[in-house]
Amino acid sequence: MNHYRADLHVHSVLSPCAEVEMIPPLIVQAALEHGLNLIAITDRNASENAAAVLQAAAGSGLTVLPGMETQSREDVHLLCLFETLEALQAWQQQINQALPCLPNRPEYFGEQFVVDSSGEFIRREERLLLTATRFSVEEIFEQASALGGLVIPAHVDRPANGLLTTLGVVSPAWQAAAFEISRHLSPDQARRRFPSLQPYPLIQNGDVHSLEQFLGSLWFEMEHPTLKEIRLALQGADERRFGVNIP
Amino acid sequence: MTLEEIITRLGLTPLTSPRPAASIVPSAGYASDLFSCVMAGAQHGNLWITLQAHANIIAIAALLELSAIIITENAQPDAATLQKASEQGVTLLSTRLSNYEIAGRLWEMGLR
Repeated sequence: MNHYRADLHVHSVLSPCAEVEMIPPLIVQAALEHGLNLIAITDRNASENAAAVLQAAAGSGLTVLPGMETQSREDVHLLCLFETLEALQAWQQQINQALPCLPNRPEYFGEQFVVDSSGEFIRREERLLLTATRFSVEEIFEQASALGGLVIPAHVDRPANGLLTTLGVVSPAWQAAAFEISRHLSPDQARRRFPSLQPYPLIQNGDVHSLEQFLGSLWFEMEHPTLKEIRLALQGADERRFGVNIP
Repeated sequence: MTLEEIITRLGLTPLTSPRPAASIVPSAGYASDLFSCVMAGAQHGNLWITLQAHANIIAIAALLELSAIIITENAQPDAATLQKASEQGVTLLSTRLSNYEIAGRLWEMGLR
């Protein structure tokens, strides 16, 4: 079994809220410097930079999972992680139909850059990404799962765009594999504050918007750094395990 | 002022077969789309104005014993939510108007 230190919630310069330093080579370098060997790229309602980060990480010892942070129509953020870039692209096509056609206003919301694996500018994403899709939380669970995706509600404790602030309680109907808590509290504190989280695995990520924000409190013991193995680890199945190190 | 009068004067569309609206007298109104705020701020018997149509609105309304929910901007709850509302005796009303306009009109009508 191998040990992985992970951060499964990392933004690139495609997310308007991320710093301009979040380009593929620097993301890879900073993740490695923080002792991580597994990350996921999760831009807001977008995914075009994921392939470039995978490419930048090739041969570095860092595994990069393709993903997206999708915003539901209730304004809830959900991490949607995929095993392959093809599956992520299929999800992106659905999101393209589900986002309103509004122009981004970089002076208010930030720039949205598509870049190559060396960080060179390719184009600006003109569409506003910092907004809700028309998919409900339920639809995101169903439709991303149908593409083989793993759906994890993001920073559920956060006042803005966290599931618990926005929708109050967890619904068992989602059959969520895990929930993500923010860096501001421990899993025990989260379960005490939000009793509806109690039956679920809780993971912690950095919600990384700048290079110093990699957290690395999340670890997995599993055979390979794949989504399939992560699912087993979240269930504690086949001797796979996961946990959150409290600083 | 009864819920029935409010439904008529604002032209609201009932989405559930309501409890007898003539006998329900909302205590006041509360408007927010963040469920944590509603849980902290709405009072027993309040009429809740929101554009959220997610199933969790029913649990909150039942828990706080709200008099009804006005779902604004034509947001549509799904069939499971409507079913849950009927089971729990929660009255759902729909309007194309916004939270702002509904709250303003209720205030003008004296629901304060």
